[in-house]
Amino acid sequence: MATTPLVTIRPIRIRRRPSLGRALAWAAMGGIVLVTLLPFYWILRTALSSNASLAAHPSTPLPTGFTGSAFARVFGAESTKAALAQGGAGGSIHFWRYLLNSVIVSTLITGCQVFFSAMAAYAFARLQWRGRDAVFKLFLTGLMVPTIFTLLPNFVLIKELGLVDTLLGIALPTMFMTPFAVFFLRQFFMNLPREVEEAALLDGAGKVRIFFRVLLPMAAAPIVTLSLLTYITAWNDYFWPLMVSYSGSSRVLTVALSIFRSQTPQTGTDWSGLMAATLVAALPMFVLFVSFARRIVNSISFSGIK
Amino acid sequence: MTVASSSTPRSTPPVAIAAPKAQRRTGTRVGDGRGDGALAAVFVAPAMTGFLVFLLWPTLRGVYLSFTKFNLLTPAKWTGFDNYIRMVNDPIFWDSLRVTVEYVVINIGVQTVVALLIAVLLQRLTQSVWLRSLVLTPYLVSNVVTGIVWLWVLDTQSGIGNEILGALGLGHIPFFNDQHWAIPTIALVNVWRNVGYTALLLFAGLQAIPGDVYEAGRVDGASEWRMFWRISLPLLRPVLAVVLIMTIIGSFQVFDTVAVTTFGGPADASNVLQYYIYGSAFGRFQFGYASAMSVALLVVLSAITVIQYRLTRAGETDLG
Repeated sequence: MATTPLVTIRPIRIRRRPSLGRALAWAAMGGIVLVTLLPFYWILRTALSSNASLAAHPSTPLPTGFTGSAFARVFGAESTKAALAQGGAGGSIHFWRYLLNSVIVSTLITGCQVFFSAMAAYAFARLQWRGRDAVFKLFLTGLMVPTIFTLLPNFVLIKELGLVDTLLGIALPTMFMTPFAVFFLRQFFMNLPREVEEAALLDGAGKVRIFFRVLLPMAAAPIVTLSLLTYITAWNDYFWPLMVSYSGSSRVLTVALSIFRSQTPQTGTDWSGLMAATLVAALPMFVLFVSFARRIVNSISFSGIK
Repeated sequence: MTVASSSTPRSTPPVAIAAPKAQRRTGTRVGDGRGDGALAAVFVAPAMTGFLVFLLWPTLRGVYLSFTKFNLLTPAKWTGFDNYIRMVNDPIFWDSLRVTVEYVVINIGVQTVVALLIAVLLQRLTQSVWLRSLVLTPYLVSNVVTGIVWLWVLDTQSGIGNEILGALGLGHIPFFNDQHWAIPTIALVNVWRNVGYTALLLFAGLQAIPGDVYEAGRVDGASEWRMFWRISLPLLRPVLAVVLIMTIIGSFQVFDTVAVTTFGGPADASNVLQYYIYGSAFGRFQFGYASAMSVALLVVLSAITVIQYRLTRAGETDLG
């Protein structure tokens, strides 16, 4: 960090004096951040309140009638009678089970999809075989079919395979690849210098070994990024699991939430319970985000434009 | 050798690149004539299986099913253009298409303007990754969570949104329960979730504009406002076009939010196309008819992509 002014060619940053325009701009930014974040606070505030006091005090900033009962209700740890007394529907809701299902489905999709896509990306980027470019173009055209179009026929297929209402049935269609994942990793492999591979080849390593021992470790960063994006997408998916799952055994969090929302107890909607459930569904993604914020934020410029 | 090195526009010494490059050419293509066919087959096989079975086949099958009568229980029966004729004469289909277009116009219109504002603010004010992360947070929660949270915030009885409106003397608005408010409300709620993501895409595009263009502008005494219209927006055009195509395609597929908030109501006021398709297939078991409407949506989306690509000359850039 020695100050050698001759070498610092970084664009000169003029520290602009605080002007009215800049103050207004910051105020606008502040307003945007506020609207972005306040609903999250409101989830927490409502989840920790009791339904009875919510109706009486709809706008107090702090939880009203502070209680953890909503979370107990969501995890099925409260007796039906107690749940009904608290304004719950009293039906059986077991978010531990749905949480576990979401984890299994998202992990299965992410692990397999990223690994298989990496294998294919390696073949497209580094191996020599006839028809390589044609096959890659075919994969790319897959990007043009909106996912939603394939859902109905895929449901028919999953039904024919006898996998309706199973976790495997939910995971299967995206377990092998997405055109984006293959494209994303191929792009990375293409830009890796060949020297290391050449050296390994000279040392007598086979191409399979090179893939596992040289390329995969070198691609750790983009693989982690891709895994994060895939995991978040899988976790938040609703339409497809809604089609495939019918019972608690294959119910993921998004579907469980929508079912919870449509059961209205006689006393009116169980808002504190719903918000507690919402928090349970969203929290794992927040934890992921806090741990990998920089990586996720920086990856977005890639996923969209290139 | 010389050809190989001169065609690589890199700043490293030419010899260093030329050697492995030349070796690759002779080594794998011409030299021993031995490709990696067998190995490649193994490596591509899983992805290929997924592509053929869960992407290509369902796409073709979706088109096929649109020409059949199919209720899942008995085999599909070919009926020619019956589904399409029925679709053209189905007032609910046209109505749901109109509702969807209304949704897309509000959703994309507001989202693009706000995203541009956020992107420019981020670019001109600060490089903070932290601030960018904050803007992105809603994108991490599912549409289902988004819908439920806003259902509560905008609840007519005791939602905080309506409490604030009441305190301002504007009265309570039945956001999700009113025929006229339902679609704008759903459109704006989805803006809340997706605007940060769109803003970061545009921000990435703005980052590609060299800083000295702005320095030059400032030296000439241009205001920030003027620089936005004369520098940022024109240079961002190609990125903006791609982002618009992407977000419009996504917007047309709206389903989740409707499915957890209004259930298509009140009185079909928010019965968007995808919701109608889902109801036809899983509520009334008309898989053939549902497929025909899916094909219609696919055609609409492809047409929009082509038209927009032409209009905005998306592939071109003024930079460079």
